[in-house]
Amino acid sequence: MSLGFREAPRAGGDERLPDWPACLLPAHAYSTEEGIMAASVAEAEAILSACLEAVLSSRSHANRVFEALELLQSEQKEIVLCAIRICSRLFGSLLEQGELFVGKLPSEEESLQESYSAEEKYKIWMRHRYNSCNNCLAQLMGHQSFQVKESALCTLMKFVELEAGRPLVKNEWSFNFPRELLKLVVEGLIPVEEDSSLLISRFQEYLDHDDVRFFVMKLVAENIGNVMQKAKKAPLPVYQKNAFALVSSISMPSNDSEINNFLVRHANQEEWKVSKLKEHRAAFERMWLGFLKHKLPGFLYRKVLVILHESILPHMNEPVLLIDFLTVAYNVGGAISLLALNGLFVLMLHHNLEYPDFYKKLYSLLNPYIFYMKYRTRFFRLLDLFLSSSHLPAYLVAAFAKRLARLALTAPPDGLLIVIPFICNLLRRHPSCKVLIHRPDSPAEMLEDPYVMDEEDPSESRALESSLWEIKTLQSHYHPDVAKAAAVINTSLCEMEDDLSEVLELTAFEMFDRDIKKEAADVSLEFQQVQGLFGKKDNVFAQYFTLE
Amino acid sequence: MEKAKRQGRPAAASTKADTSTAQSNPFEVKVNKQKFQILGRKTRHDVGRPGVMRSRAHKKRTQTLLKEFKERGKSNVFKDKRIGEYDNKISPEEKMMKRFALEQQKKFEKEHIFNLNEEEDLTHYGHSLADIEKLDDIVDSDSDTEEKGMLSEELTAAHFGGGGLLRKKSLTGQQDEASGQTKSRKELIEELIAKSKQEKRERQTQRENTQELTEKLNSDWKEIQSFLLHRTSRSETEKQVEEKPKPDEYDIMVRELGFEMKVQPSNRMKTEEEVAKEEKERLLKLEADRLRRMRGEDEPETKKTPKHMSADDLADGFLLDKDDRHFLSYKDGKPNIEDNENEMNEKEGEESEEESDVEPESVDSYSDCEDDMEEAHISEAQERQIKCNKNKLQTKAQSSIREAAKLELPYLFDAPDSFEQFKALLSEKPIEEQLLVIERIQKSNHPSLAVGNKAKLEKLFAFLLEYVGELACMEPPELKAIDSLVPTLYNLCQMFPKAASNHVKFILQDAVHDLEKIQEVKSCMPFPGLKMFIYLKIIAALFPTSDFWHPVVTPSVVYMSLLLTKCPVTTLQDVVKGLCICCLFLEYVSLSQRFVPELINFLSGILHMAVPNRKEQGYTLIYPFGSLKNQLDLLVVSEKADSETWQKQSFPLHMISRLKEKSRTEMNHLRLSCLGLCLDLIKRCAAMYGSLPSFREIVQPIEILLSSHMPVKQYPKLLQELCDDVLKQLKVKGQYCPLVCEKKKPVPLKLFTPKIVKVLEFGRKQESNKKEQERKRLIHKHKRELKGAVHEIRKDNQFLARMQLAEIMERDSERKRKVKQLFSSLAQQEGDWKAMKRKKF
Repeated sequence: MSLGFREAPRAGGDERLPDWPACLLPAHAYSTEEGIMAASVAEAEAILSACLEAVLSSRSHANRVFEALELLQSEQKEIVLCAIRICSRLFGSLLEQGELFVGKLPSEEESLQESYSAEEKYKIWMRHRYNSCNNCLAQLMGHQSFQVKESALCTLMKFVELEAGRPLVKNEWSFNFPRELLKLVVEGLIPVEEDSSLLISRFQEYLDHDDVRFFVMKLVAENIGNVMQKAKKAPLPVYQKNAFALVSSISMPSNDSEINNFLVRHANQEEWKVSKLKEHRAAFERMWLGFLKHKLPGFLYRKVLVILHESILPHMNEPVLLIDFLTVAYNVGGAISLLALNGLFVLMLHHNLEYPDFYKKLYSLLNPYIFYMKYRTRFFRLLDLFLSSSHLPAYLVAAFAKRLARLALTAPPDGLLIVIPFICNLLRRHPSCKVLIHRPDSPAEMLEDPYVMDEEDPSESRALESSLWEIKTLQSHYHPDVAKAAAVINTSLCEMEDDLSEVLELTAFEMFDRDIKKEAADVSLEFQQVQGLFGKKDNVFAQYFTLE
Repeated sequence: MEKAKRQGRPAAASTKADTSTAQSNPFEVKVNKQKFQILGRKTRHDVGRPGVMRSRAHKKRTQTLLKEFKERGKSNVFKDKRIGEYDNKISPEEKMMKRFALEQQKKFEKEHIFNLNEEEDLTHYGHSLADIEKLDDIVDSDSDTEEKGMLSEELTAAHFGGGGLLRKKSLTGQQDEASGQTKSRKELIEELIAKSKQEKRERQTQRENTQELTEKLNSDWKEIQSFLLHRTSRSETEKQVEEKPKPDEYDIMVRELGFEMKVQPSNRMKTEEEVAKEEKERLLKLEADRLRRMRGEDEPETKKTPKHMSADDLADGFLLDKDDRHFLSYKDGKPNIEDNENEMNEKEGEESEEESDVEPESVDSYSDCEDDMEEAHISEAQERQIKCNKNKLQTKAQSSIREAAKLELPYLFDAPDSFEQFKALLSEKPIEEQLLVIERIQKSNHPSLAVGNKAKLEKLFAFLLEYVGELACMEPPELKAIDSLVPTLYNLCQMFPKAASNHVKFILQDAVHDLEKIQEVKSCMPFPGLKMFIYLKIIAALFPTSDFWHPVVTPSVVYMSLLLTKCPVTTLQDVVKGLCICCLFLEYVSLSQRFVPELINFLSGILHMAVPNRKEQGYTLIYPFGSLKNQLDLLVVSEKADSETWQKQSFPLHMISRLKEKSRTEMNHLRLSCLGLCLDLIKRCAAMYGSLPSFREIVQPIEILLSSHMPVKQYPKLLQELCDDVLKQLKVKGQYCPLVCEKKKPVPLKLFTPKIVKVLEFGRKQESNKKEQERKRLIHKHKRELKGAVHEIRKDNQFLARMQLAEIMERDSERKRKVKQLFSSLAQQEGDWKAMKRKKF
């Protein structure tokens, strides 16, 4: 960064302080950086407040701005913080007083030509200082201290607000917004190397303003495009993570009337495109599509899919555009497929998406891992939803029931408490599948289960010829609740479906808590007297382990 | 009238028999026609016999009303004053006696006022002397002993003289009369009176003496009661009794025998088979109870509840199930109590031999002493209830006290209030002493001794548990100490099941919460330390693991399942730990034979670790193994030479807490041992789950692993055989009978149950209000009664009028007859007179 140590041009007409450059700048202000480093924080504060007063009191002391700008680059956190504060006040009041040049800014060399008046020269000079201060602040957003980052961000956003009120660049078609400045902020918010989720959460409050959000969305889309193009397919996980943090923290309004929270109000606001929901949505859509266009690391993939159906799809103008993304995700397999289900479901339900072999694919998704996954609850809820239709063919439902039952043989008790009522519900919904638990006029014993577990196609699995022996097996499960749940199939099922919502959320730990909090009237005791740790008869443990 | 009618019913009943013949006459029967046949209505008045009824009524009236009517002008009444004529309580003899007495009295009063000659009737105790002489068997209540030693002439005469006395008396009377001295008789009487008085006094003193002696005997008895059981001692007491100045040996003997404590008939000695049988029955009952709980059935109605709550009940759930007072029984001439005692002594002897060299003789002499104490104890046992094994405890306490004298430990310990205190009590003592201290704490704070002791001992249980945990955490773990603490824990748990279960639950809860926290932070949990393994083992020892639901066991099983599913296996030690949990799990379900999916998953995962170049085919790995890719060859045995030197061995428990750095060979050996254990466990599982309907599906992954992936050839022979064995067991053909639901009871058609209203009287309108109904009913009844009464009165009046008329008619006809008679006589007279006159003329 180059801070030009040029003197401020003499402001014409200001004759009161003829000797300003020499007499007012203290000697050490020009001294080496080491000198400033040595200066204590208190000293720096004193200098800074003095310089603030000086610059604000008269134009002739304008050169003292350099001191503040220089201290912005100090290595001591406190000094930097103080400098940011001073800069914020200084340029804030300058902006308010209109001391900065308005219009297309000429370069500093050009400004020295005589075509400008002294006043204009001063303003151009000051505007350049303001710009360099902004650059400086944008750099400070990458500082290692969060406090510095935060105050830099706040200062920049304050400038954004002030500039939006008194635009420095006049547009003919009115409705100005300091895009350039905001761009600096956005760049600062999505660094390529370090994690900036804290700063983004701080930024959240500004995103409540509809205009800020609008421009941020546009700028983010731009930024992602630029950065990813530069990266040339090289993965940028940190950058993408940061971008995701920012992008996912944007919460969209759901109708036009909600767009009324602006950072700056304009005269005929309604005509501005910022106040139109459609434009917002378009920007949102573009931003997300831009983000999802690039290859995502696994964890981000999952995160995106988790929020997709709730906070992305409803706010898009054309959700159908996500079809490609979702079908690819559905074909990935494993957890990602499960998560893609939700988005696909929304598209199929509301946007006429036709997905061939949906149930076949869903069927193949059932594997032993579904009971151990983090998204178990969500998956079963969706599965319940997909299988809730009473128009599904019996063979399909039977295949699902049988496969789930087979998987239940390896499930933990908390999963079993979900899956057993689930299967029972399936049978209740589809009475033609009740042959799975009740086949009175059947041939005698079979030598093996007719159901083919390895068959991909549910129609070929011969599930309807089988019975739910697995549930019968689970009747001797060690956990009493599971055994009780499995015992339901002994009697013909009642009409009412079980309510799954309670068990769906159940984790193993909650299950333990539930068990341990149950009070018993009396505690039965072991009646065989023990001799020691291994002293009981038929002791499996003692056969393999010894005390010494 | 009505009443009179009712009373006359038996008469009516008697007439019924003869009216049956009359009934046959259809002309005398009036049939009351019934309009409708109504079910359930009793028809009493369907047939009437007016003639019979009328005659009966008339008869009755003549008996009652007519009588009254005839006596209406009379005022005198006949009174029967015979004593007890109408009193049923007095027997006829008594009646006669009383009447006779009254008669006598009357006679005496009347006749004897002026009768001077008649001799006064002498009495003795209310009976005349003459009576006594006649009926000498009229005896006084307490006169059975008084005659002894009194052989006066009169008395001998009275006793043995028989009828002679009468004669004699009459003779003396004659003599007296002859001499004319009335004084001598008086003297005689006085003499008699004096004698009887003296006699009475003597009797009294003697009775007092006896009483005194009895009391003394009683007190003596109490003192020497304990010796009574020995023959020698009894003979001694007899001698003592002899020495005492007793007037009559026989009497005392009789009394003594009366007072002697009767030895209650005891059950006969049980033979060994019977004892064994009883024990088996008890176990069978407990086992049946356990099975019921295993199936999750409710307790039957006949739950054993204390019938009676004593005011001294500690509410600690302790029930004196059976009367465990010792019955006195003999074996080879010795009291049977010694049997137990000897056993105890033997045990103690064994114990003490380890610590000190106590000479057997001294032990014996001690035991004799104890016997005596024991006997004294029995007599007290009747007064207070004692715990089942209190005797045991006491004798144990005595033996431990003996030891303590040598060890110089204090006898009484206060129950510690905090864990620090508890630890301070135990610190720097060998484990034997620690046990002793704990035992003494238990004994000196037995709940029957003071009110707060229950809470103290409950706390002690918690401290012990914590202490066990601490011992397990030591380096190296004090497993021996833990082992010896377990019986104490068991005993305390038996005393306070509720509190104990709560403490154990706390420990489990803590462990799970720790796991949960770790999971939140690190997202993967390590296996717990040795401490939790020990706790899980202790739970299995304290509580029945086969219950369908148990407040402690069920959470601990869930905890184990958590460990098996959530803890990734990253080191060889983790393998050992996991296998240890599998072992525990198997032990928990060994009785109930319940299905544990996690167990199979884990074991197949372990087997998978032993496959060297794996390409998952035909089976899928479940979570804790599926997610780790790099640690999956933990159990691959690299060198074949090591597998040849391997020998089967069991794992020491301390391996769980720390696995020492070992050489490659040793590591390989450990791997092979783990595999051996794993295969053994699979074998057990296969045996246990073989009967489950989907056994084939459950063991399929293991079967595939064993048959096609495991490098069995490289393993030692023992393992190879084991593998073959397991495979054979796994390849059992499953049998698949199609499922059929239980038959449901057919639902009966819905019927409207009739509303049942109590009908008070037929033909009445039902009022809603019950009170009103009752009132109406009463009014109605009153009306009917009134009508009936009026009717009766009218009939009575008619009857009376008829009677009066008949009387008047009779009287008139009489009068007419008399007048006629008079007239006729007069006419005759007149005729006669006229005839005379005619004659004269």
